[in-house]
Order: sequence, then C-alpha cells, then structure tokens
Amino acid sequence: MGDKPLSVKDYPLAETCPERVTGHRGKALDALTIEAVLSGELQMEDLRITAEALRRQAEIARDAGRAALGRNFERAAEMTKVPQAVVMEVYELLRPGRAPSKDALLQAAQGLREEYGAEALAGLVEEAAEVYEKRGLFRTRY
Amino acid sequence: MSNSYDANRWKRFDDWDARPLRHDQFAVEDPENGFSAFAGAADPKPGLTVGNGRVASMDGIPAAEFDMIDAFIAAHHLDMDVAEEAMAIPSERLARMLVDMNVPREELVRLARGLTPAKLAEAVAQLNAMEIAFAYSKMRARKTPGNQAHVTNAKDDPLQLAADAAVAVALGFDEIETTMRVARNSWSNALACCVGSVVGRAGTLFQCSSEEAEELEIGMAGFTSYAETVSVYGTESAFVDGDDTPWSKAWLAAAYASRGIKMRCTSGAASELLMGYHEAKSLLYLEARCLCLQRGMGSQGTQNGGIDGAPLASSIPGGVREIWAENLLAVWLDLECASGNDARHSESEMRVAAKVLPFLIGGSDLICSGFGSILKYDNSFNPSSFNGEELEEFLVLQRDFEADGGLTPIEDASALGLRRRAVDALSHVLKDLGLAEPTEVMKRSVAVASGSNDTESFAPRDVAVISDRISSRGITVIDVIRSLYGGGFREEAENLLFLVKLRVSGDYLQTSAIIRDGHVISAINDPNDYTGPGTGYRVSEARRAELAAIRNVLDREEVLRREAASEAGEARAVEYRTMGPAERGADPGEVVVGVSPGFGTKIFRTLAGHPLSAVLRALRDGIEAGGGRMRVLRIRHTADTSFLGLSAARLSGSGIGIGIQSKGTAVIHQKDRLPHNNLELFSNAPVTTLAHYRALGENAAGYAKGDMPAPVVVPTQGEALGARFHARVALTYAIETKMCENNASPEALEIHFAEGADGG
Repeated sequence: MGDKPLSVKDYPLAETCPERVTGHRGKALDALTIEAVLSGELQMEDLRITAEALRRQAEIARDAGRAALGRNFERAAEMTKVPQAVVMEVYELLRPGRAPSKDALLQAAQGLREEYGAEALAGLVEEAAEVYEKRGLFRTRY
Repeated sequence: MSNSYDANRWKRFDDWDARPLRHDQFAVEDPENGFSAFAGAADPKPGLTVGNGRVASMDGIPAAEFDMIDAFIAAHHLDMDVAEEAMAIPSERLARMLVDMNVPREELVRLARGLTPAKLAEAVAQLNAMEIAFAYSKMRARKTPGNQAHVTNAKDDPLQLAADAAVAVALGFDEIETTMRVARNSWSNALACCVGSVVGRAGTLFQCSSEEAEELEIGMAGFTSYAETVSVYGTESAFVDGDDTPWSKAWLAAAYASRGIKMRCTSGAASELLMGYHEAKSLLYLEARCLCLQRGMGSQGTQNGGIDGAPLASSIPGGVREIWAENLLAVWLDLECASGNDARHSESEMRVAAKVLPFLIGGSDLICSGFGSILKYDNSFNPSSFNGEELEEFLVLQRDFEADGGLTPIEDASALGLRRRAVDALSHVLKDLGLAEPTEVMKRSVAVASGSNDTESFAPRDVAVISDRISSRGITVIDVIRSLYGGGFREEAENLLFLVKLRVSGDYLQTSAIIRDGHVISAINDPNDYTGPGTGYRVSEARRAELAAIRNVLDREEVLRREAASEAGEARAVEYRTMGPAERGADPGEVVVGVSPGFGTKIFRTLAGHPLSAVLRALRDGIEAGGGRMRVLRIRHTADTSFLGLSAARLSGSGIGIGIQSKGTAVIHQKDRLPHNNLELFSNAPVTTLAHYRALGENAAGYAKGDMPAPVVVPTQGEALGARFHARVALTYAIETKMCENNASPEALEIHFAEGADGG
C-alpha cells in the first residue's frame, strides 16, 4: 500500500494488511488480545477506528463505484478528531428549529474547520445553513 | 334450522367474515388524499435540466423552488457525469434493462446515479410483480442472502434476552435487533443481547434501537455494532415532524462511521401518509425521494419496504407490489437492503407468506429487517411477519423451495443447552460487575421458557436499576469481555472481542457487510454477479443438506420401526393361519375379504391407528349382523384396493367381496363390475373408525342378499389428509407393493382371534 489509492483488491483490510490496521493509540489488530484485555492494557480507545482506516475504506468504496459512500467515510474520517460532545452538539444544531439563525450554523462550521480541520464537515453544515434559510427552518419548534 | 332459511344474505359471507383476513381494513384508492401506490395526484413528470454543471430543474421543479429534499438530492445524489445520458433513456427501456439478465447489474447501478426520483419511480412502475421480484434478485448488492432477528421481551428481562439472542444466533441470523418496553432499560437490553449473541458463534451483528444520542453512546461503549434507526422521509413536512433534516441525518451517518459502527437508514412506504404530510404524491414517488437521499448522504444501506407503514401501504390497491418496487429501487441505487417483511402487514397468514416469497426465493441482504425470533407478545417493536410462533414455517419454506432464507433448523437438545449457557454467562457478568443477583429459579425458568409469560425473572424495576448502573458506572464491552473470561466463559469472551475488533478496520462499514465464518463478506468481496441460470447465489450441497434437516421427518426404517412396535400386541390378538390356495366359494351368503400382502405380516395398524385384528373383527361382526359369513383370503399379486376387492369378489360365493389394504383403505366390490367401478369405497383411512368398518361389513352382507343398503359415509372436516399421511402412505404402500408377486394366487386364511382380546 503506497501512495496509490486502494482498490477493491485490498479489501478486507483486516485480512489483506492487518499490520497496517491500528486503533487510536497505534495498537495493531494482532495486539488486541484477550491477554491485553485481562492486563488492563486494552482500552476503548484501542477499539476506535482511525481517520486513516476510514480514508482507506473511502478509497475502496470509490473504486467500487460508490463515491457518495466514499464521501461519507471521508466526513467520518474528519469526525474521528471531533469530541463526542461536539458531535452531538452540532447534530442537535442541525435538527429543525434548533439553530435560531443561519449564523449559529455558520459559526459551528467555522469551529469545525478551525479546530479540527474538518473541511468537508464544515461544508456540509454551511450547505445546510443556506437551505434552512431558504426553507424557513430556523422557526422554533418547542 | 328453519330460521336460517330466512337469512337475507348468503351464509358463506358469514364464513368469510370470520376469517382473520377480515380484520384487515382495506382502503379505496384516493390519489388526492395520498392513497395511491404508483400514481399520486401530484406526482411530477421526470425531467432534468442542467446549466453551468448545476441542476437547473429536477422533475419539473426549478432549483429556486426546491424544498430541502430536492436540494439535497440535486447536490448529493445526482451524478452530473452520467445524468444526461441516463435521463435520455426512456423509462420503458430502463425497465426492460432491469429484467434483462444480459444487462449487468453494474451498468444499471451506474445509470441510477444519474436518475431523478420521478424517473426511477416511472421505470420500476412499468414492471409487473413477477418482473419486480426477478429484478430485485438480479439487482441486490451482496450475493449471499442473510436475515435479521428481533430479540425483545415484554419484561425487558435481561436473562431472557440473552437466552433468546443465543437461539437467534444458532438459527443463523446475521443481525439481531433489540428495543425496550421502557426507554431507560436500553443499557440493560444492550448488555444482555450483546452477551447472548456471542454464545455459540462469533460475528452476529447487534443493534439496540433507542433514542439517537443514546444509541450512539451505547455503540461507543462497544455493546452494539450497527444501527438502522436513521429514518428519512419523502416530504419536507414529514421530515421536520420527524425532528430531522437530510443534513442532520447525513451528520449522523458520518457520526456512526466515525465510531466504527455499521449504519443503514430507514424509510418505507406510507410513513408520510401516516404522519399527515403526503402532498398528494404516490407511495412510490415519495420512497424514490427517500432512497435518493440515502444514497446521497452516503448511507451504505437502507431498511425499506413498508416497514411501519406496511399495513397502511397494503390497504391500498397495488400496495404490496409497491412495497416490492421500492425494495427494487433501493438495490438499483446500490444500497444494502434490509427488505422489510418486518411489521406484520396483515392478519392473514396467506398474505404474509405471499409477500415474503420473492425475498425468500430470490434472496435479499437481510430478508426480514426484523424477523420476530420471539413470540408475538414479546415483540417490543410489534408482531413481525414471521415470529417465534411461525419460525418453523419459514424453515419449511426454505426446504420447499431449496431457497436460502438465511436460517438453519435447530434441535431440541442443543437449543436448551445454548439457552442455559447464555443465561449462565449473563448471570455471571451481572453478579461479577455488581449489577444484579439472578437466582437459580430465575435462571431455570428462563432457560425453558417459550416466552416471558412463562418466566419468574427480573421485574421491570430491577431492570431499570441494572440499566442505570451500567450507564452511570461507565461499564464498557471491555469490562464484559474480562468478566466473561474470568467466569470461565472463554469462548464467549473471545467471540465478543472478535466482534468489537471489527470496528477497528471498518471493513464492515462497506455496503451489505455481514460476518460469515469469521470473515466480513460484503458487496465488495461477495458481489451479486447474477447474469442468468448458473450464476449468482446458488445453494451448495452442504447448505442444501442444512436446509433440508428440519424436525420430524419420516423414512422407511421409521415406518417399519413403528410397525414393529405394534407387532407383539397383534401377535397376541390374532393368528392368521395359511391354509393353501383359495378356492371359489359356493356359499351364497358369504362375503370374501381380500387382504393385502403386508396385512398383519409387515403392517399391523391402519393409518387411523386401529389394530388390523380389530378391523377384521369389526368387519366380521358387521357381516354377521347383516346375516352373512366372512371368509378371508390373502391376495398376493396386488396391493391395489380395487383389485383386492375385485379378486375377492370373484372368489366369493355371493359375488360380493371386500378388499382392504393394511393401511385401512377398503372397498366393497362385486364380481361383474369393472375394477374401478366398485360398490363402496373407504378412501379416507385416517378418519375411518371401527364402527365404519363394521357398517361396511354389514352393507357387504346386504349386497350379498341382493339388498341395496345406504352407502356408509365417512365424514371429513376438511383436514389436509394428504399432508398429514401421504409420506407414510407412500412408504407403507411401497412395502406392500414390494411383496406382490406376479400371477401369485390368493391364499385362504383362517383367522383366530384371541379369546377376550379386543385387539386394542
């Protein structure tokens, strides 16, 4: 696996290149053992998918002709860097009637871009802001 | 009786009113009010105009007037590189391509990326039900079919969840879905099913359907591996009422993937109609919008095909065809399809079976997006099309059609063993983690229980406490793995670790991924390559043997074994003495009874279970009551009832004979009649009583005297006697025909009934 994008031939990653598949703290798949669980060495962070793995899955999805799925994996890759609380905050803001105005969404987008380098996610939120304004979705629901 | 002659309607309508079908409420087609499967009053004509590489109008709506659904579809679904080419193809031609096995799936999937919702809907609407079913089978994404189970119970009892999850795994379900009666029990349900689902085999994916934020948290704690509650709707108002937008759902899609959790969206016909915002559009057009949205947001798959709206969709003319059509749209758009057959759409079992059939015989990524593996009353979603009650019917349908519905029969003994193991494993974890103290009575009651009405287990309040403890103490799947291993449940611990490791590579995030034999298979490495007979998914010999291995099947040895069990009793009740070649009789009062070759030698009971000695005794009593005398012969050249009877009649001094097979089928014959033109026939041996045989004997004696007695009628209640008995009949009869010898002459028999024995 060099610089060339991965293809369907590289799938499944856990079987074709297990040594390249690691959790968030860099532990490779074969280090995720029962012994590591018992010793307390293995933590939930080690079972979290990385941005790299998601980007590789995106390349495989694109090679299989699934660009839209690939774009979702790329957004997900960015989101691996976003803390859970922020993920849920922005989700809440994207629901109808939660953001009082376009600005709230644009600010959230700016935050995603600046703090987490999440360009694609920011773009999605900005696009939502445009459409919500056009469709009057900033109305209060409760 | 006389009263009933005054009825003012044909009484058959009363019979029909009493059928379960009549609980179904059907509705008139009313496109203005949203009651139209394929042709809504406000459905747009397909169309697409493009300016400066952007969509200028779609399905007749200018970009400036797009609602949020149009806007999302235009921005994220439509692929400008293929849209012009695809939209130029007439819908009728697209429809023909869908059913043409020479047009590969990939080509149709490529074109779908450039088709608008109205165009997609118009194309599939051209197909009749059979064409839709065929096209679905050709277009579905993964080659190997699978299935999904609901595992819930009315008490949210964790012990029962674990036991039922283990059974669902043994049955072969690829995914298990749970939900709660009480929302706060979600963590307890998740932990319980998680433990149960790793008993016996690794790799069954599990989800806990709950509130969006909590579902994601439960997933992050490692208890669940997939989600399918990301619902989308086909009108803007319904979407907003559902408290989401396409962008908030797209955000969730990314959120699940970012945590390594498999995700599919949900949509289904008539949800907009149920929610009161149908915009006078057809079920199919609205669903086409939903599915384009899902593809656009990068969902790998969909749960669709009616779902909660299935009963309403099915109330409309063509509603079930529409449900199939929307499933076809889903796979044409290259989405994994958990193809509904979930919420029971009818009280009629025939309607249920008819609806599921294409998916059973043609395969689907997940045939049911919730097969109730538990009893109906324990299903916290709602009764499914198939439930614990009907599970064996599904297994038999698989066997009938040699079709892989994803399930494998289980045996009594192994099922109970698995349930005990699951209950023990979970009980250990609950105790070990300080969550609860299950008692022996609880455990034993759950292991054998068919449903929660039979259990003495946790009360709902206990479950809430367990659930709160898991959540507040931050217990994760790692704690559970450690606990299982420490308690000696090492295989389960390894299985659970295997499952959570899947999320690290993300291989199971790709389209249509499930786990088989420890490997992820998906549309990437197991693509549906159907291009005609001999291609696509085929049931292997080994799999065929699994599908065939249902309970209680009969074979020749079993028939002989059962007969052998009756042999000793019959040996005490009657003695057949062979007296040499039979002569033609001269007694005008005699009735000759011709018995078949195996009568009392290999076979000892009729299909109704009467000992043959008792049958002979009843015939004799009847004949004597009619003033005749019985003479018995064994016919050796035939076992056919008519010829037994005619052969007996031709040797009878009165010209009247009775032919009787060992299975109990009997005939009265007369020497001058044609073989199949007898006097009386008892063809329904399973419902023929000893009293009937006695009456038969009496009538035979009557015919011998030249009387014309009233024929004996053996009433039936419409039982499917063929289904109940024909396997045994064929095996029994084959034993008799094998004993026949060409040209062998009849033998005289002397019958000695044991004194006092009634043959019982």
